[in-house]
Amino acid sequence: MAVGLGHYLTVAAILFTLGVFGIFLNRKNVIIIMMSIELMLLAVNINFVVFSVVLGDLAGQVFAMFVLTVAAAEAAIGLAILVVYFRNRGTIEVEDIHMMRG
Amino acid sequence: MILQTIMFYLFALVAVAAGVMVVSARNPVHSVLFLILAFFNSAGLFVLLGAEFLAMILVIVYVGAVAVLFLFVVMMLDVDFSELRSGFMRYLPVGALIGFLLLAELMLVFGSWVIAPGIAGLQAAPLPQAAAGISNTRALGDLLYTRYLFAFQMAGLILLVAMIGAIVLTLRRRVGVRRQRIPEQLARTRAEAIALVKVPLSSGAVIERVHGPQARRAGE
Repeated sequence: MAVGLGHYLTVAAILFTLGVFGIFLNRKNVIIIMMSIELMLLAVNINFVVFSVVLGDLAGQVFAMFVLTVAAAEAAIGLAILVVYFRNRGTIEVEDIHMMRG
Repeated sequence: MILQTIMFYLFALVAVAAGVMVVSARNPVHSVLFLILAFFNSAGLFVLLGAEFLAMILVIVYVGAVAVLFLFVVMMLDVDFSELRSGFMRYLPVGALIGFLLLAELMLVFGSWVIAPGIAGLQAAPLPQAAAGISNTRALGDLLYTRYLFAFQMAGLILLVAMIGAIVLTLRRRVGVRRQRIPEQLARTRAEAIALVKVPLSSGAVIERVHGPQARRAGE
């Protein structure tokens, strides 16, 4: 039983679903939510790479690299905001985060 | 071929199991470590697919930078994580329902989906043939530094902006810390730094007039 496109897509789909599930499960913990987002981006990257290989088009891998770049930038900014927020408020509970509300 | 299949199932199963543990682990530090495991196994999947460069980038960028950043923040924040998990069981049913729905939808899409027949000649950048002896890294570099050069520079700019943003956000000036103030030091003159005092015999020196912060500090 050869491993084909469907197998990889299934793995990516499961990982993406786990990311969504994690966001719902850990509604209070921003750090775990951000980790879930990273998991979803990873699933998207797997899709890009497997389609790139199956369709014989290298552009998919280039795009996966840009996704990686944006994911790294997002993680850095998000964690910086988290650190500043924790310094000011002493908590990271999502429900308490409404400082920007008017 | 059989080895490839075995490796695929190994990597896929470990990645999915690690993903489950990321969202359900009790301790956020364990979550981060399982995230690292998931990234490693995904890198293994990329290697199986023949995307070696992306696999190595995944290990370097995600495991080396992002996951370590997460680990650092988790350990730095002094938060009671058990309290943050209080609604865990309450959110489990709706989360499981939505996750199941999403998975079912994705499976439906996979079941009824085909590659368009005329797609074979439409590649933006065809993969190099295996016989040509061009490695994945070289092919990617050939593409990235020519056709996608502008996008590549933009990606670098995004990273620069993210770096500056993170630094500006987390920079803070603590009060009560004695720092070296170089302009102040350079602006000092001889007149405010040195006071010549005539000391009478067998009675200590009395400094009458002092200028500047340094002299004042010494005089106190």
